[in-house]
Amino acid sequence: MSDSSPLQLSDRPPEAEGHLLQVEDLHVDFHTRDGVAHAINGVDLHLDAGETLAVLGESGSGKSVTAQAIMGILDMPPAAIPTGRILFRGQDLLTMPDEERRAVRGPGIAMIFQDALSSLNPVFPVGWQIGEMFRVHRGLNRSDARSAAVRLMERVNIPAAKQRVNAYPHQFSGGMRQRIMIAMAIALEPSILIADEPTTALDVTVQAQVMDLLGQLREESGMSLILITHDLGVVADIADRIAVMYAGSIVESAGVHDLYRRPGHPYTEGLLQSIPRLDMKGEELFAIKGLPPNLLRMPEGCPFHPRCHRVRDVCRVDEPALREVRPGRRSKCHFAEEVLDE
Amino acid sequence: MTQDPNVEAQVAPTEVGANAAEAGDRAVMTEPHDAYSDHEVITPHAVDGHVASRLDPDAPAVLEVEDLKMYFPVKSSGLVRRTIGHVQAVDGISFQVPKGGSLGLVGESGCGKSTTGRLITRLYQPTGGSMMFEGQDLAKLSNREMKPLRRDVQMIFQDPYTSLNPRHTVGAIVGAPLAVHGVVPKNKILSRVQELLEVVGLNPEHYNRYPNEFSGGQRQRIGIARALTLNPKLLVADEPVSALDVSIQAQVINLLQDLQKEFDIAFLFIAHDLAVVRHFCPEVAVMYLGKIVEIADRETLYSKPYHPYTQALLSAVPDVKQAAIGGRRERIRLEGDVPSPINPPSGCRFRTRCSLAQEICAKVEPPLLQIGPRHKVACHFAGELGQHPVAPVTAGLLGVDDHGSPTSSGPAATPLTSGPGYEKEWFDVKSRQMTSGAAG
Ligand SMILES: Nc1ncnc2c1ncn2[C@@H]1O[C@H](COP(=O)(O)OP(=O)(O)OP(=O)(O)O)[C@@H](O)[C@H]1O
Ligand SMILES: Nc1ncnc2c1ncn2[C@@H]1O[C@H](COP(=O)(O)OP(=O)(O)O)[C@@H](O)[C@H]1O
Ligand code: SF4
Ligand code: SF4
Ligand SMILES: [Mg+2]
Ligand SMILES: [Mg+2]
Repeated sequence: MSDSSPLQLSDRPPEAEGHLLQVEDLHVDFHTRDGVAHAINGVDLHLDAGETLAVLGESGSGKSVTAQAIMGILDMPPAAIPTGRILFRGQDLLTMPDEERRAVRGPGIAMIFQDALSSLNPVFPVGWQIGEMFRVHRGLNRSDARSAAVRLMERVNIPAAKQRVNAYPHQFSGGMRQRIMIAMAIALEPSILIADEPTTALDVTVQAQVMDLLGQLREESGMSLILITHDLGVVADIADRIAVMYAGSIVESAGVHDLYRRPGHPYTEGLLQSIPRLDMKGEELFAIKGLPPNLLRMPEGCPFHPRCHRVRDVCRVDEPALREVRPGRRSKCHFAEEVLDE
Repeated sequence: MTQDPNVEAQVAPTEVGANAAEAGDRAVMTEPHDAYSDHEVITPHAVDGHVASRLDPDAPAVLEVEDLKMYFPVKSSGLVRRTIGHVQAVDGISFQVPKGGSLGLVGESGCGKSTTGRLITRLYQPTGGSMMFEGQDLAKLSNREMKPLRRDVQMIFQDPYTSLNPRHTVGAIVGAPLAVHGVVPKNKILSRVQELLEVVGLNPEHYNRYPNEFSGGQRQRIGIARALTLNPKLLVADEPVSALDVSIQAQVINLLQDLQKEFDIAFLFIAHDLAVVRHFCPEVAVMYLGKIVEIADRETLYSKPYHPYTQALLSAVPDVKQAAIGGRRERIRLEGDVPSPINPPSGCRFRTRCSLAQEICAKVEPPLLQIGPRHKVACHFAGELGQHPVAPVTAGLLGVDDHGSPTSSGPAATPLTSGPGYEKEWFDVKSRQMTSGAAG
């Protein structure tokens, strides 16, 4: 790759103060016919340069809505953000003028969407779609944009990229289409890449390829990653920290190894016990009972209490706060210390 | 009432009786109804450790599949649609499902797992091969002759969101097979439906609700109830938990295990998640591009796989335990994608992605060879990870030299491809001789 290449990643100055990204007390409501759904209820998280944060949670727990709020692509209405701050390099994205906000999208924060496999346009060649990033944002002419697209396709390990730059999406397998989506997302060298369930629709073998690719790109470019997933195992190898979401809140955050070794919230505890593992003889499987709550009718007290195996009376009336329970570990449970100490 | 499942187990000992659902006298534990989630799942039975079925080597086979094939025609586009080729979705597979046991079928997407399931339930008419069930060959029966057998062979589908008719109530969906087969009088259908809903842990009063009023995990339970309606002997479960969240997945797996034990149902359990299969199945077959490449009992397959594809698949599985100790496993990288089943590679179909492939792999197809008491593998260089032999183990048997060219001596006299079951004698890959394991 030559120095003048648009793919060359500039050395970014280290953040002078604070975190690269800091989300504070974020709330997102959806105004529906049946009432107000509190999809996000006070999310706090932060991300430093070069760091990988995994956001883990069940379907409907609010992972995608959080990501969309950070990207600034929520449809408002029906969505509304009553409170919260999203600081990117110290500036609040939520109060920023639209034009500045748009300029952050792409070179600042980029995202790979959950339904990536269907979000490529079937009637345009993939190379043309990747090249569009360069034509629109960098003003490259067609042939330069095309060569840049080929280099990007090579960078995400698409074999015979030169020959395939004019091929259409349906001529690629699921794994390759996902790599093309990744190529488009990193085209403008974002400082933060948000990947919403990047491997959920893929086979384990392809999953492993895509995770390896994300890890490799992170090493090469120093970008930060937010990996959204409902699968504890997938992110284990690549994440530095994990934030666990339940019913629109972060219920636990910790270093990846600490969390897997010793969960600090009953929900995480239940999740870890309920996955069948390869090293397990497969006799008994712990199951968290019941279902996640209806966001229109959130339970009183701790939102997890109707399903919690450690519930006590206080949990039914008092909602616990997300608090630091060990250095670098936060948990939203009255009895976090007990969970950790056992 | 306490919320700890283990305490529940002591409070209410299990009520599992062989034909409890039939007799209609099941004692089912219900939880007080929860104000927050109207559709709260009722714990179906006391939790007494949902024990996975074990491998019984002497159990008779309920299903014996031999050389099963399904070729889908590929048509040209244009006015005159000629057949220009075939998708060899399933190409000559053989296996057994023991009575009350469960065989797992794993492999990447498109390798033919669902097609196999759909052949057994005769949603497709096979191109070739046999499927012996209770003395009858399912492959040869007409649709009319199949009808009584459909009661015995049922299927649970992959996608709980699309496999239920949204315009029918749960009662109609679960009760339909009863009406079609006329097994219970009309006025008894509702009570039977309600029993079934209880068995799978749904509120029996919800029989008049519609599928969209239920969550994914609950819809999967409805699909299971429908499959159980006619007391099947064999259940083909096609990715029954793949679409579900982890916490709900565990509930459904436990339910299937309880039902299997209780009603002595044999399972063909299809999944791409190797950990789920390990949990559920004492015996596992690995498919690649329409063929079984390795089949073995659970312990052998997961701890000592001999096929490079099985080894790669296992190494790709994300490992939570490793994360806890901070270790990172060396992965075998499988490059590229599965080739097209319309034009599969010659010889060994895995050779385009196999790091061990040699000349012989392109020339000669490796037979599925029995190499242990309950272990078969199809690879010229079969061996434990890191200990694959230098010379092909199959050459002598096939009558070829190490490069795959025919020799003058011809193939060995030993029978090569065994049928769906296992023989008492097998080919030992280390000594390259037949053995019965008695000596070692
Ligand atoms: N446009 C919308 N209108 C109303 N409710 C919405 C809307 N978008 C999302 N929600 C609700 O917000 C909650 C969080 O949704 P979100 O998409 O963030 O979940 P998720 O954690 O990404 O789940 P999944 O794993 O299924 O992708 C859900 O209850 C969802 O139904
Ligand atoms: N009705 C059909 N017509 C043509 N090809 C099919 C049909 N059903 C499946 N196939 C092809 O057969 C192969 C195996 O498919 P399938 O059994 O669904 O795989 P799996 O369940 O292992 O993912 C694939 O290549 C698929 O595209
Ligand atoms: S606060 Fe109570 S109900 Fe909530 S997670 Fe902790 S123990 Fe469970
Ligand atoms: S037969 Fe050859 S190509 Fe096939 S799996 Fe074995 S070594 Fe690999
Ligand atoms: Mg989502
Ligand atoms: Mg399938």
